[in-house]
Amino acid sequence: MSTRLPSVLVVDENAVRAAIIEAGLHEAGHENVTIVADVKGIAAKIAALEPDVVVIGLENPNRDMLENLFQMSRAVKRPIAMFVDRSDRDSMEAAINAGVSAYVVDGLKRERVKPILDLAISRFNAYSRLERELEDARSALQARKIVDRAKGLLMRTRRLSEDAAYQLLRKAAMDQNRKIAEVAESLILAADLLGEKGTDGGND
Amino acid sequence: MAATTDILAGIIPLTDSALLVAARECGFAEEEGIGLALIRETSWANIRDRIAIGHFQAAHMLGPMPIAAALGLTPLRQAVIAPMALGLGGNAVTVSAALFEQMRATGLIDVLAPATGGAALRAVVEKRRAEGMPPLQFGVVHPHSGHNFELRYWLASSGIRPDRDIDIVIAPPPFMPDALASGQVDGFCVGEPWNSVAVASGAGRIATVKSAIWRSGPEKVLGVHAGWAERNGDALARLIRALYRAAEWCGNPKNHAALAHILARPDYLGVPASLTVKAIDGSILGPFAPRSDIIFFAPFAGAATFPWQSHALWFYSQMVRWGQVAHTPAHAEAARRCYRPDLYRAALKPLAAALPGASAKVEGALKAPSPVGATPGTLVLGPDGFFDDAIFDPDKLDDYIAAQRPTLG
Repeated sequence: MSTRLPSVLVVDENAVRAAIIEAGLHEAGHENVTIVADVKGIAAKIAALEPDVVVIGLENPNRDMLENLFQMSRAVKRPIAMFVDRSDRDSMEAAINAGVSAYVVDGLKRERVKPILDLAISRFNAYSRLERELEDARSALQARKIVDRAKGLLMRTRRLSEDAAYQLLRKAAMDQNRKIAEVAESLILAADLLGEKGTDGGND
Repeated sequence: MAATTDILAGIIPLTDSALLVAARECGFAEEEGIGLALIRETSWANIRDRIAIGHFQAAHMLGPMPIAAALGLTPLRQAVIAPMALGLGGNAVTVSAALFEQMRATGLIDVLAPATGGAALRAVVEKRRAEGMPPLQFGVVHPHSGHNFELRYWLASSGIRPDRDIDIVIAPPPFMPDALASGQVDGFCVGEPWNSVAVASGAGRIATVKSAIWRSGPEKVLGVHAGWAERNGDALARLIRALYRAAEWCGNPKNHAALAHILARPDYLGVPASLTVKAIDGSILGPFAPRSDIIFFAPFAGAATFPWQSHALWFYSQMVRWGQVAHTPAHAEAARRCYRPDLYRAALKPLAAALPGASAKVEGALKAPSPVGATPGTLVLGPDGFFDDAIFDPDKLDDYIAAQRPTLG
């Protein structure tokens, strides 16, 4: 029957997340939904189910294996396209930000797939592990900015070259067995307390 | 003073992430005004996708990945360039202890002479076929990987037909030791430290190494989003210089212990330094190493970070060989052009480093370490031969591709 909603296979080791995706799909009228936690033997399952859409989290290390499986598949319904279509950058970005990827059988109409992907994205956002990882990375970059400010401070107050300022910070960090960013932070804090001007970040 | 640039780069937990890790941890990036943040990823697909949408500006990438992107084999048609290599060699083929015993029963196995292990494996494969047993299963990390191509090359040159005599499956690097221990695979070709982890657990034995299959063979590259590279030429040049200095640091034996300790951290490999050091100092080769000029993993010496276009073309020839893409002049040109020695040279010019004058070389021409023309001065390259003495001349690509098909039988 052509109006039948696409069948969906969700590959997720996170049972809670898988359950909320399944519930969401059922609410949206999808009856043919399968959840797989363990990828062992998944080739046979995919061959038997012939899903229209496969949803898998980005943190799952088996994406490379699954993609290869799709490439090698001799089945008629071969999930080759990722996300909705190659040109749909926004969907791809939304999915990656949410930490989810989707594989769709070729030829399936966009409007039939989009709601599934949107649902997966919204449910995955509840588990925004990826967001936290990016946050950690941003704080690492923040540390770098603090080091820059401390360098600027040393360059002005001690009349040092940038290199010499950095070497001084590095030496202090090594001597005290602390991170450079921590030393830089203490330096800026001390300068603020002592009313030292020039803790702005501009060094160019 | 150069403005600072923040660069977010993806890495996979492998020893050859060392250049990126050292660039960050030892201050080389900092000294070039690069705020380098590294994110450990779980799959090469994630690295590819997050480069494509611009989350990452750069990444630790499998050498064939930029080529796959250039040939339209990836979901988003977005150009990725390789302006630098991240070292040579570094992989090994490990088989289960049981398979190793069966192989050894048929003849001596010298890890540094791939033909010996290949002949032994062929004998086992033929015996299994005669007895009606199913094909052995070997794991590699990705279809578009040096691992897949060197494993297939070794098998085919040993008279074993991949996909008929041995099934090749995909598994993530950190899972390989467990897959071997549980019998899901009989062997694998993967980067370090995962061979050493399998050996240490007793589950695996090393059958041969990449650097013996193809001496000075290419492995990972710095993959950069082409659009970002175009808009940020100066930042890219600074990143290349930082990585070049990091490579020099990684290549110095005095720093091997320190590097192993940094890589052992849970946010990088999360594997004890006693195991990560094996690939770095070459002790993974065990008693074989001292009588050989084979270097297991070369991060710096021998122009190990130079993005040879002949490497790109060899990867391409193997993509054609194993049916991933059809051979056309346009495809070959697209493959060649995503490796960018021009950007590498321009970035390193201020360092007065000895750089190769050519952008491609005949792979297999150098049988011993050889001085070659470089700017400035000379540079010692090689040896760069394939174990079966075949020569890959990038100017005779059509002939090479024609000769390698049909593969066997």
